Amino acid sequence: MKTETGVAAPAESVPRPALELPGRSALLSRAGWSAFVIAVLLVCVLAPLLNLVVPEGSALHLSDYAVALLGKIMCYAILALAMDLIWGYTGILSLGHGLFFALGGYVMGMYLMRQIGREGNYKSDLPDFMVFLDWKELPWHWALSDSFVATLVLVLLVPGLIAFVFGYFAFRSRIKGVYFSIITQAMTFAAMLLFFRNETGFGGNNGFTDFKRILGIAIATPGMRMFLFVLTGCTLLGFFLLARALVRAKFGRVLQAIRDGESRVMFCGYSPVGYKLAIWTISAMMCGVAGALYVPQVGIINPSEMSPANSIEIAIWAAVGGRASLIGPIVGAFVVNGAKSWLTVAYPEFWLYFLGALFIAVTLFLPNGIVGLARRWKRGGQ
Amino acid sequence: MTIGSFMTGRILRWLGLAFLLGCGAAQALTADQARAMAAGDTDDRIAAINQSLAQADARTAAFLQALGEDAVKLSGDQVFIVRDGTSVDAVTGAQASLPADAEDAMVNNRLRGEIGTALASINLFAKDNKVRAAAIATLLAETDESKLPLVQKALAAETNADLRDQLAMVQAAILLGSPDAAKRLEAARMMADGNNRNTKTVLLERLRVETDPQVMAALQASLATVEERLAWGNRLGAMFSGVSLGSILLLVALGLAITYGLMGVINMAHGELMMVGAYATYVVQGLFQKFLPAAFDWYLVAAVPIAFLAAALVGAALERCVIRFLYGRPLETLLATWGISLMLMQLARTLFGAQNVAVENPIWMSGGVQVLGNLSLPFNRLVIIGFAFAVLLAVAWLIARTRLGLFVRGVTQNRPIASCMGVNTARVDSYAFALGSGIAGLAGCALSQIGNVGPDLGQSYIVDAFLVVVLGGVGQLAGTVYAALGLGLLNKFLEGWTGAVLAKIAVLVFIIIFIQKRPQGIFAMKGRSAEA
Repeated sequence: MKTETGVAAPAESVPRPALELPGRSALLSRAGWSAFVIAVLLVCVLAPLLNLVVPEGSALHLSDYAVALLGKIMCYAILALAMDLIWGYTGILSLGHGLFFALGGYVMGMYLMRQIGREGNYKSDLPDFMVFLDWKELPWHWALSDSFVATLVLVLLVPGLIAFVFGYFAFRSRIKGVYFSIITQAMTFAAMLLFFRNETGFGGNNGFTDFKRILGIAIATPGMRMFLFVLTGCTLLGFFLLARALVRAKFGRVLQAIRDGESRVMFCGYSPVGYKLAIWTISAMMCGVAGALYVPQVGIINPSEMSPANSIEIAIWAAVGGRASLIGPIVGAFVVNGAKSWLTVAYPEFWLYFLGALFIAVTLFLPNGIVGLARRWKRGGQ
Repeated sequence: MTIGSFMTGRILRWLGLAFLLGCGAAQALTADQARAMAAGDTDDRIAAINQSLAQADARTAAFLQALGEDAVKLSGDQVFIVRDGTSVDAVTGAQASLPADAEDAMVNNRLRGEIGTALASINLFAKDNKVRAAAIATLLAETDESKLPLVQKALAAETNADLRDQLAMVQAAILLGSPDAAKRLEAARMMADGNNRNTKTVLLERLRVETDPQVMAALQASLATVEERLAWGNRLGAMFSGVSLGSILLLVALGLAITYGLMGVINMAHGELMMVGAYATYVVQGLFQKFLPAAFDWYLVAAVPIAFLAAALVGAALERCVIRFLYGRPLETLLATWGISLMLMQLARTLFGAQNVAVENPIWMSGGVQVLGNLSLPFNRLVIIGFAFAVLLAVAWLIARTRLGLFVRGVTQNRPIASCMGVNTARVDSYAFALGSGIAGLAGCALSQIGNVGPDLGQSYIVDAFLVVVLGGVGQLAGTVYAALGLGLLNKFLEGWTGAVLAKIAVLVFIIIFIQKRPQGIFAMKGRSAEA
């Protein structure tokens, strides 16, 4: 599949740097670093200041609602970034990324459920829903849920392992394009049905909620919320640098070559399986981390996060912002979710029309998304 | 359904009554009898009812019927049947004015059961086969020794071979309780012919209290035979629901086989085109109800083409406005059509409300045909199976034998060459896409007959439908047929074994593994086009 990112574009009047790939020079340009530092300052200094220090009545005060919303959207932005690595740079459209996100969320949710201790409705050692189902002890897959360290490891390991196994079989038998999209959709759909069942041991329909504390610290305090916000922001920026490093390395260039002509890459002597599998697994792990950050901030996780519709929405964030540019998906996640939180309140019945129109408009008129539009505008202005 | 069967049961009972009334009185119901049945100690009343059965006449039946429906009133020595405000003397049948001090005849549940079996045993002599069959079914469920003479009398008079067998079964069930071990033994052996779930219950119950070893052995042997037969019923039932699910999947997937399989367009809005067809059926139904209530039973004849046209028009509009610009970019098509599906769903919510709407079955599609004791095939499912295969044949004919089909195949195989030959490829694309969409509309029309119609109608089938097409192999109608029926059967058999959700998951996992092994589906296209 050819995209308009320059690799396969016809000769244009304006010469562009070779293949528009980042050179071997710096990770970010000078201006890029300045912007990055500003972003870090915004997240780590300005937001806490405006939220915690500036008094509530002030015009500059950042409300708790805004903090929660921005924190949530930053988790989505990580998802969009992960989607961009696999779709924008490797040309594989996954419709199952919601699964990895939810898995990370569930791992964190299990830990948070255990942290509730005996303060649940039934005053039992077990989580409430297990008491309700009349279970006497923790099932085997909850064995590690008491340990925070194990939880952190599992947040990466569970989505990574599932993605690895799934991807290994899929890529080995050269499932491509739409086939791959459809079976990833089937995968997340099957997982959703499984998690809806009470017997699976993940709280069935209701999932996990009513969390009390994390690492023994109450979760609902302003300080803890701000800490999670800053952590999410730093993770997003960290993942951005990681993705940048990945795509400008030789690894990333091979990925883009696979996207633009897999057969040619194979004829050149590369085996695409390893490359695809690596980026697919990394992408899934990023989703897992996003899920783990999302759950304590939103306070609930249930199987509807795995519904195929959610996974497709991730793709549209990446597409709106601009695929195959790392800043694009982040912008897209902010724009679409910002519009969502505004429209679903102001005009609830129009949100789906808007989202649907967005899907159509972006694919028809904006193949490179907002970033592509900005680039075209910049070039036109010169 | 339960309401429906309840109603038919009622109608049958009334038919039986009408017949009895028509026959005239054999032996009149006496005032004493009526009084004994209507009031007093429950045991005495039951005895009175059973006694009256020996020479039951039309009036007795009418009286029992009224008693069961709480329409009997007492005043002194007189017994009245009160219906719709008019009161009739139960004994003479003449109109009579109801005294002011009349009291309701109380009927408890035990008595109600007795009245039911009593009416059934009267109905054993009805003229209508259906009434007799219903009566036999009631008696089989509630075996009662006191009915033995009546059953034997009915057995002697019965001419219908089928009903004779069933009556014999009732007799055997009653005889199982006989004090004579030889009779019990014979009855136990006879019960092996039973094909009813009740037979099994009766046998099990007797087995619990039976002491004679010979009879016990016979009972166990009969039980094994009956269970075997019931198991067959279950197996056939699973197979039928599998074929039924398969035929629905086939209808859903046929449209996709054209748009995706032949044209290569991933249409995520396919489910919503089905929804368009279903809502079209709903609208047609509403119009018939309003303007042509006399022809309501045949509204489907109009609904089928209208559902097809509505969905085809929407499909053609989509192709012209959106999909046309995305040929050759499957992933973008996927996203754009997903957007279309969101908008169509919201449009349905705006127009028809977020609640599901109900589409009524025509009379000729409700009910079913009883094949085995525990297996009945609903007519609407049967009609849909037939409809699915009719649509399949029509599509196969259209693709293989008509000029449009020729063009579609030509454009699919080699677009530039087809264009060079003078085929208007753009128009062929539109027609083909409209055809695929129209078939989705037909699927929606069929689905409206077995479930509710709502904005989410298409969503529940779209994943399955894509899997059917992918499993069957792209560009193949035959593959789609095998995949649809295979998946339907597999799903239903697993369901009997593991439950619905796990069966669904197992099927999805199976497909994921299958596609790993054969990425091109069951029927792979050979040659260069396979690697396109």
